Amino acid sequence: MADPKITLEQVLHVAKLARLALSDEEARQMQAQLDAILGYMDGLGELDVSDVPPTFHSIPMDAPLRRDVPERCADRAETLAQAPASEAGGYAVPLVLEADG
Amino acid sequence: MSDFPWQSAFEIREQVAAGKVTAVEVARAYLARAEALNPTLCCFVTIDHEGALAAAAQVDRMRGAGEALGALAGVPIAVKDNLCTRGVRTTCASKILGDYIPPYDAHVVQALRASGAVILGKTNLDEFAMGSSNENSAFAIVHNPWALDRAPGGSSGGSASATAAGLAPFALGSDTGGSVRQPAAFCGITAIKPTYGRVSRYGLVAFASSLDQVGPMARSVREAALLLEVVAGHDGRDATSAERETGSYLAACDRGVKGLRVGVVRDLIAGLQDQNVRVATESALSALEKEGATLVDVSLPHAKHAVSVYYLIATAEASSNLARFDGIRYGLRVPGDDLTETYMRTRAEGFGPEVRRRIMLGTYALSAGYYDAFYLKAQRVRTLIRRDYDRAFESCDVVCTPTTPTPAFALGEKTGDPLEMYLADIFTLPPSLAGLPAVSTPCGLSSGGLPIGIQLVAAPFEEELLCSVAQAVERECGLMGSRPPAIG
Repeated sequence: MADPKITLEQVLHVAKLARLALSDEEARQMQAQLDAILGYMDGLGELDVSDVPPTFHSIPMDAPLRRDVPERCADRAETLAQAPASEAGGYAVPLVLEADG
Repeated sequence: MSDFPWQSAFEIREQVAAGKVTAVEVARAYLARAEALNPTLCCFVTIDHEGALAAAAQVDRMRGAGEALGALAGVPIAVKDNLCTRGVRTTCASKILGDYIPPYDAHVVQALRASGAVILGKTNLDEFAMGSSNENSAFAIVHNPWALDRAPGGSSGGSASATAAGLAPFALGSDTGGSVRQPAAFCGITAIKPTYGRVSRYGLVAFASSLDQVGPMARSVREAALLLEVVAGHDGRDATSAERETGSYLAACDRGVKGLRVGVVRDLIAGLQDQNVRVATESALSALEKEGATLVDVSLPHAKHAVSVYYLIATAEASSNLARFDGIRYGLRVPGDDLTETYMRTRAEGFGPEVRRRIMLGTYALSAGYYDAFYLKAQRVRTLIRRDYDRAFESCDVVCTPTTPTPAFALGEKTGDPLEMYLADIFTLPPSLAGLPAVSTPCGLSSGGLPIGIQLVAAPFEEELLCSVAQAVERECGLMGSRPPAIG
């Protein structure tokens, strides 16, 4: 059997980058599925595109700035109402720095 | 109301404007039908009685006061649930947004409201618009009204099923790699994927930002054209919104195809395994020829790489766009011991299997050491696909292929193998990657009684041409009033 396109170790590394918790079973299944997909994508290997510029934007256009006129932004209470937790007019988030003393 | 629920958007508006029926009566009738059929079809995630009746009452008030009525005054419409609606839950069919109520309207939703349209509710989809069968919804699987055991297509399966089943005359969907065209083909309706930039993406929950477009889905080409006229146009809130005049899509439906050159991708059509799709495509082409179009052979030599290119670029963009779902500002939060664990648990519980798979693939394609080999290479091959079309348009006005390799496949048929599901998108992906406008319209029924769609692709901003040709296909080989047999 050929080497896998992606190993279980790589899957776990990518899951960490993507901030996704995977169970052992999920990681094994993900490895098998991504391996099949990446194996199919090997077909791109037949093309030499080293001289071809990439197309990041399909339709050439400038990215114009909108006119700088003041507008009402979203209502704070309405926006915060969607937060899992809010406090004192802001988002309440888990502690990321240790309190000093 | 004559011919309920099959009357067109034009007829409804005319009856409302003439006072033959009130917008509230129309809304009530469609809401009742949606309520009655949704348990069977599962095409709505949310039915918005209150909002629909309020919008309808407003139209009736304006009529009573003698005010000018909008282009869609009193016409019911269904809206895909990845388009933000202020005050109405917008879930993307994901657990992570299960209770999310946007504080603003998408640009296209504002345009609908301004035109007097009556939004009946929000339609089901594959989670975050990722899928080709609507089986990736976190809430319910949508059924195809032509045969309930068949997929409605995806990801705008709810909008397609609702429109085909007469739950609304038309609907809005979104299309990243075929998500309005493929379900339209499966459900026997018409859908237009506009040129990238033609319709504002403001308020469309982002999946792959260089590909996403909002598109109309309707039971006739004319109604799709009308809806495109309402939602198209420049919007300063989307930096990729094109500064172009909106075309006369409705008028274009009457222009005919005399003298137009239709490019036929012979090798793709000859390679079709499904005889029904091949025969229906050939007969639509003959009909166009009879109507005065000229058929010319064209080729898209790099189209066969579209699945690889698309599933690298779209997943890379998705992995970046979906990073915003972290359990902090909106949506689900599953607390962990620290911030990182909160992110990881929230995302693991909030996203379904297909969304996780695509985030993983996209993160891998962008990660250190793989960027050049996967993401950048895909963007280079995308250029070759674009050049194929540039070359084709030197000798033709529209490029024609089937929309899908087969009619609607069975629910459950492809869920075990993600790659097989991806391969079913082979015809709709190339124009998406090139940013081109494309339409799918019915061109016949299979021997098993399932709709078949034909896809027409034009050069950037040439949606008018698509309307002219699609209208000719509809006239010559459309479904001619056949109704989906699986619903009453």
